[in-house]
Amino acid sequence: MKLKQLTPLMVATGLTAMSGFAQAAELEVTVQNLTRGIYFTPILITAHSPDQQLFNVGEAASTELQAMAEGGDISGLEMAVDALSADTVANPAGGLLMPTAATTTTLSTMDGNTALSIVAMMLPTNDGFIGLNSWMIPDEPGTYTVYLNAYDAGTEANDEIRGGGAPGAPGLPVPPPLEDLVGNGGSGVTSEITNATVHIHPGNLGDNDTEAGMSDISNTVQRWLNPVAMVTVTVSE
Amino acid sequence: MVIQQRFGLSLVALSCLALTACDHNDDNEPAPVPPADVSYSYEVTVQNITQGQPLSPVGVALHGDAVMWEVGMPASAALEVLAEGGDNSDFTASEGVMASASGAGPIAPGSSETITVTVINEPDTFISVATMLVNTNDAFAGVTGHALGELEVNQSMTMVLPVLDAGTEANSEVAGTIPGPADGGEGYNAERDDADLVSFHPGVVSAQDGLKMSVLTAAHRFDNPAVKLTITRVE
Repeated sequence: MKLKQLTPLMVATGLTAMSGFAQAAELEVTVQNLTRGIYFTPILITAHSPDQQLFNVGEAASTELQAMAEGGDISGLEMAVDALSADTVANPAGGLLMPTAATTTTLSTMDGNTALSIVAMMLPTNDGFIGLNSWMIPDEPGTYTVYLNAYDAGTEANDEIRGGGAPGAPGLPVPPPLEDLVGNGGSGVTSEITNATVHIHPGNLGDNDTEAGMSDISNTVQRWLNPVAMVTVTVSE
Repeated sequence: MVIQQRFGLSLVALSCLALTACDHNDDNEPAPVPPADVSYSYEVTVQNITQGQPLSPVGVALHGDAVMWEVGMPASAALEVLAEGGDNSDFTASEGVMASASGAGPIAPGSSETITVTVINEPDTFISVATMLVNTNDAFAGVTGHALGELEVNQSMTMVLPVLDAGTEANSEVAGTIPGPADGGEGYNAERDDADLVSFHPGVVSAQDGLKMSVLTAAHRFDNPAVKLTITRVE
């Protein structure tokens, strides 16, 4: 085991005593969707240097994060973290993660990749996503549980009506499994972005009219309260 | 179900102990003096930290290493009865429960109640606590399968509880389907017309927030957490 130079983040957060060693680790990571009626698009799980972040609350989303949050496309983020020599698992659930379902994967991390980040778009939303942001992987072997909140990328107005998933395209992408779960004919909740930085998602408004109304989202099924996901990380010896 | 399998194992273990004791009595040795019974007693304090959701009488159960519900699995019939109607009697009488207790009555928003539960000669039990948010179709708050074995006398643990959806009744909020004072409607109904999976609760909508048929108002809305729970070992 090699003693690596302490990173600025560790020093700043006072974690030197606990996390002074930035060594490789074997992780088992489970992501569970806790919601009643929200689907997660392909999940990105990545261990990287702690001086990197996939997103930061209060800062504008990168174009790669925008593509994930608006359309579920994680390829841009995957390329970006690969360029940083991160250790990454893309799409462990093999597609959509259904409400209350869980997916488990293993991740071997290299020296220095001591921060864990996880993102996936939430459907149906305009640009909502689950986020774990540079969580410091404990040195101590054991099982750790982290609850994730829902974030809003701040890149698209939450109009809550059918549309596209390409970056900049308005509306919700509706892949075939959600075709019968999302309404039609909504007039649109809003056309404004009130906070263009990443922030805690205000939640879906929805309505109870599948043919008209303001929203194509169901207000009794497709709302949520935080937390929206549970991440269980097992660090082995 | 998971709980029944695990409790089944512990019953086997108990019957082996009984057989050993019988064999010993067949000898001419004097019977050993049985050790004095040891009580393990816990005070469970449940505080309602919601705005306008009375909590049904709290059900408290001590049992072996098992859970009485799990996100992503269907609710047991006993949990359905509790979550739809606020009746904890089936829940606390579930197979494998070693000791149980019930709250004396509903807990109003802002109020709390302390319930004592005691088990004899079982140092390593696990606790489950559940209570319905009564102005909902089938929302409940609780914790299940939480280990008590490490708790010393006079030591306590505190946690806050999220609101879960039993998934056994659609969250329609319509008149006649909610047993609490907001409606006075039906409680338990054996029909399951929702996801039939326990999940975190999406929250109530209310008529004022666009669910036209809802009997609920903004006063009944809640967010996580809904309950503050403190468990103190007193004996």
